[in-house]
Amino acid sequence: MPSSRTIAPEIQYASLAQQGETAQIGMWVFLVNETLFFGALIFTYFLYRLSYPSEFAVAAKDAVLWCGSTNLVLLLTSSLTMVLAINAAAQGRRSEMVAWLIATLALGFLFLGFKGYEYFEDVRDKVVPGLNFEMKPGEAPAGELFWVFYWVATGLHAVHLSIGIGLILYMLLWRIRRGEITPTYYAPLEVVAIYWSFVDAVWLFLYPCIYLVGRS
Amino acid sequence: MYHWIPFWPRTAAVNGVVVNNLYIAELGIGGLIMATVLGMMLSFCIRYRAGSTASRTGLIEKTWHFEIGWTTATLLGFLALFFWGASIYIWLFQAPRGDLEIYVVAKQWMWKVEHPGGQREIDALHVPVGKTVRLVLASEDVIHSFFVPAFRIKHDVVPGALETIWFRASKTGVYRLECTQYCGLQHATMQGEVVVMTPADYANWLAGEGVHRSLAEQGMAIFQAHGCSGCHDPGSTVHAPSLSGLYGTLVHLDDGSVRRADEAYIRDCIFNPRSFTVAGYPPIMPDFSGQLSEGDVLKLIAYIQSLGYRGETSR
Amino acid sequence: MSIAAFEPGAEPAADVESSNYLTARNTIASWLLTRDHKRIALLFMASITFFFFVGGFAATLMRMNLATPGGLLQPSVYNRMFTMHGIIMVWFFLIPSIPATLGNFFIPLMIGARDLAFPRVNLASWYVFNLSGLVVLFALVMGGADTGWTFYTPLSTEYANGYVFAAAMAVFINGFSSIMTALNFIVTIHRLRAPGMTWMRLPLFVWGVYAVSVVMLTATPVLAMDTFLLAVERFLGVGLFDPSRGGDPLLWQHMFWFYSHPAVYIMILPGMGVVSEIIPCFARRPVFGYAGMVVALMAIAVLSFFVWAHHMFVAGISIYAGVVFSLMTFFVAVPSAIKVFNWTVSLHKGAILFDAPMLYALGFVLLFTLGGITGLMLATLAVDVHVHGTYFVVAHFHYIMVGATVSAFFGGLHYWWPKITGRLYPEIWARFAAILMYFGFNLTFFPQFVLGYLGMPRRSYTYPPEWQSWNLLSSAGASILAVAYLMPLLYLGWSLIWGRRAGPNPWRATGLEWTIPSPPPSGNFEHTPHVALGPYSYDPERGRYISQDGTSHAV
Repeated sequence: MPSSRTIAPEIQYASLAQQGETAQIGMWVFLVNETLFFGALIFTYFLYRLSYPSEFAVAAKDAVLWCGSTNLVLLLTSSLTMVLAINAAAQGRRSEMVAWLIATLALGFLFLGFKGYEYFEDVRDKVVPGLNFEMKPGEAPAGELFWVFYWVATGLHAVHLSIGIGLILYMLLWRIRRGEITPTYYAPLEVVAIYWSFVDAVWLFLYPCIYLVGRS
Repeated sequence: MYHWIPFWPRTAAVNGVVVNNLYIAELGIGGLIMATVLGMMLSFCIRYRAGSTASRTGLIEKTWHFEIGWTTATLLGFLALFFWGASIYIWLFQAPRGDLEIYVVAKQWMWKVEHPGGQREIDALHVPVGKTVRLVLASEDVIHSFFVPAFRIKHDVVPGALETIWFRASKTGVYRLECTQYCGLQHATMQGEVVVMTPADYANWLAGEGVHRSLAEQGMAIFQAHGCSGCHDPGSTVHAPSLSGLYGTLVHLDDGSVRRADEAYIRDCIFNPRSFTVAGYPPIMPDFSGQLSEGDVLKLIAYIQSLGYRGETSR
Repeated sequence: MSIAAFEPGAEPAADVESSNYLTARNTIASWLLTRDHKRIALLFMASITFFFFVGGFAATLMRMNLATPGGLLQPSVYNRMFTMHGIIMVWFFLIPSIPATLGNFFIPLMIGARDLAFPRVNLASWYVFNLSGLVVLFALVMGGADTGWTFYTPLSTEYANGYVFAAAMAVFINGFSSIMTALNFIVTIHRLRAPGMTWMRLPLFVWGVYAVSVVMLTATPVLAMDTFLLAVERFLGVGLFDPSRGGDPLLWQHMFWFYSHPAVYIMILPGMGVVSEIIPCFARRPVFGYAGMVVALMAIAVLSFFVWAHHMFVAGISIYAGVVFSLMTFFVAVPSAIKVFNWTVSLHKGAILFDAPMLYALGFVLLFTLGGITGLMLATLAVDVHVHGTYFVVAHFHYIMVGATVSAFFGGLHYWWPKITGRLYPEIWARFAAILMYFGFNLTFFPQFVLGYLGMPRRSYTYPPEWQSWNLLSSAGASILAVAYLMPLLYLGWSLIWGRRAGPNPWRATGLEWTIPSPPPSGNFEHTPHVALGPYSYDPERGRYISQDGTSHAV
């Protein structure tokens, strides 16, 4: 029966340890699926980039490099703070865990803020396909495809990041406040952390595809 | 051959006979497999029905040698079929230099055919018997599929690309021409006929269609009207590749790749010149997408072909 | 400190004795908010039955239209009917059919678990499925899409004027349901097997569902991205698949078939699992070559990812790509052939009973064999050039997806009906329906092979008069098939009230699911079972069998 005095496992599990481990495996399996989701998009991108290398290089010059780079730093740091939160949870340092989680949240929000500003710049640059796209010399017709990829990829990434922020908020405002994350059972937090790191890793792939093309 | 088989489609091209042989072989092999499975199932079901007195001793326990046995057998059989089918496919889908090259443009929901002499027809294709006919297919809108059941040939016609297929009709007659890729509302009626005639009848038919400017001549007019000649004429001061004798040669491109200058290549160069810059030339050719129709491009190709083939040997 | 968030929705174990999962707390809310995999399976059953008849209605209209060359429906109506028939049957019936109903119900029971790993995800999967169902019904009611279920670009993005966006979104949302169910099964089978239930002791149905879950999980996201890009293109008017704006129309086909060819295996693999349960049970003999069956299942699942372009042999891919994909297609046919031989030899020296599930299973093997043989013909490049896009293809995939899969679904439904409901169905009626289904099916689809080789293109609302007799045969078969499909609805419904009580193990089957009462109690197993040996331990010579929990019984 329960390996913890306060939390019982669900009926299908023999122990909390098994439940926690299963939850983590569930997230890894889900990430296999997510990898193929983004993988298909990046495959599309490379197909067109190989077909239209010069057009893509011209089109990518309009991407706001400093925004993307700042965001890369922010997300990498947020993965670090996330891991520090897990570490604190494992050792039972509750207030430290909360502090690191809030730091992660703040970095996530900062990312979205920069992203929003970048979108604002993009609209001013007239690089929004379907809304105000303006062909620039040398990028016809495939430059638009680059920007379709840009909006789809960063948009989906932002949706994923927002879900991550929601999960951290759920942890902070519900699970941790109710004392359900303990040094013996912090698997839910680990599941969120695995997801968060994945979203971070996606940006590692998107960043060179979007911001570094044609800038060598 | 095979006309005695009931429900057999007509066969009117050399391509068709080859495919027929393979299909018959597959029907035989398939029938054999089906008979084996059905025979085993029925005999076991009868012999070992519940309550029968047949002996149940000595149940097969070790199964792996059976598994390896029939894995190997099926694999070998399948590989034989694969090689047979693939060799025909490679032969079928590599169009030789034809005795006759005809352009077909598909659009919702008709087939527009242009003969080299400029004769045009819709939903019909007249060809001489015994001649290798090479078709160049283009689509103006969605994906269609050019299918002549009696010739056993089919190819999708994809917008944005040119496809070539070939056949050599072996029997005169009128055969069905179909679209087999769903292309919208009237897909079912996007059909026509292929009329295979004796060479003499064919010549008469061509003559009866009236006097036309040939496709190459029409292509030359477009070549001049759209300013292509300004750069590509031999006397031009602009540094642009010469087109005479271009068709059929290998072209070295800027990015290091090599392409054969066939119909698809010429089309790509006209609509997407930046990606196909010839090595040693500046990337200055303007993009003609939106200015030329698929039909115009086919005429330009006919014109470029008329400037001469490299290695003028026909097969 | 509250523990509410961890408490399962089901009752405490003490009540289990007196009630089963059907009778325990029977309010509408208790069903709609249930976390019990058995109830969720029944919820799925209700949804897919509904969609089966919606899709079947469209098929009925199509066959009525094709009974005469001139037709009955407006071309636009006919085009919408075959599109909606395809979309609904593929994503709203066939893909969830066996995994989400029988799999959901029996995977935990067969591996000795008390529920799936993530019961809330399981329930969410049903809600997402219904949401996507509402979207597709919206598309249908508003007039439907007319692109074919394959949504080929640029027809679907620029030329079609139906509710393509809604239909594509329905498919997109539906994918989430598939993914959630697949994820749940994979994790459950990995983590929740009872003590002693090693991988090589798993019933083959569990292996089948496991294989299908792996395929679903890895293929569905690619389709999700593909439909998402389609929706973006259609909604924003950009040119991802539009050649005039630099896009590539074949990219759509590649990504679509990267999902949709494995999807064919998504439909057939669980059916293979069901049949592998039924045949040894009714032949009273261990399945022939258990390990070979497992290897074949997994080989099909893996190879299914490397054959997609065999749908594109004439689409303008390179000749050499065509050759490679043809070779891979022949490779994937090998494990399928092995399974057919193993099923057949599993009858050897058995003591065979011909109850309805067995009739369905034998029908499955024959239909699958014919579907497989014609699949070989389609894999042969030169023959594919001729029959691609004709009724030959239509007949071929209906043999696999309808003939085989639906037979397996009905076989499994009859086989497990006593366990699900605690009642026996009327055997005579069931055998009659099984035989009727087999003959109705062959009459419907065999003529289409002939039509296909004669050259009748698919997706045509009209055809030349010389092909009428074949089409008429096919339509006549379809009406028989419709009756055969409706019959189980009636007699299975009848048996719910008047059927005889089944008892825990009416078929003398060996799986763990037959060691507990019918219908099962809410928590499945009172005590975690200990598994002593693999499945199908029949001894036809002595007329005995050993359940997987190690107890020996007379047949």
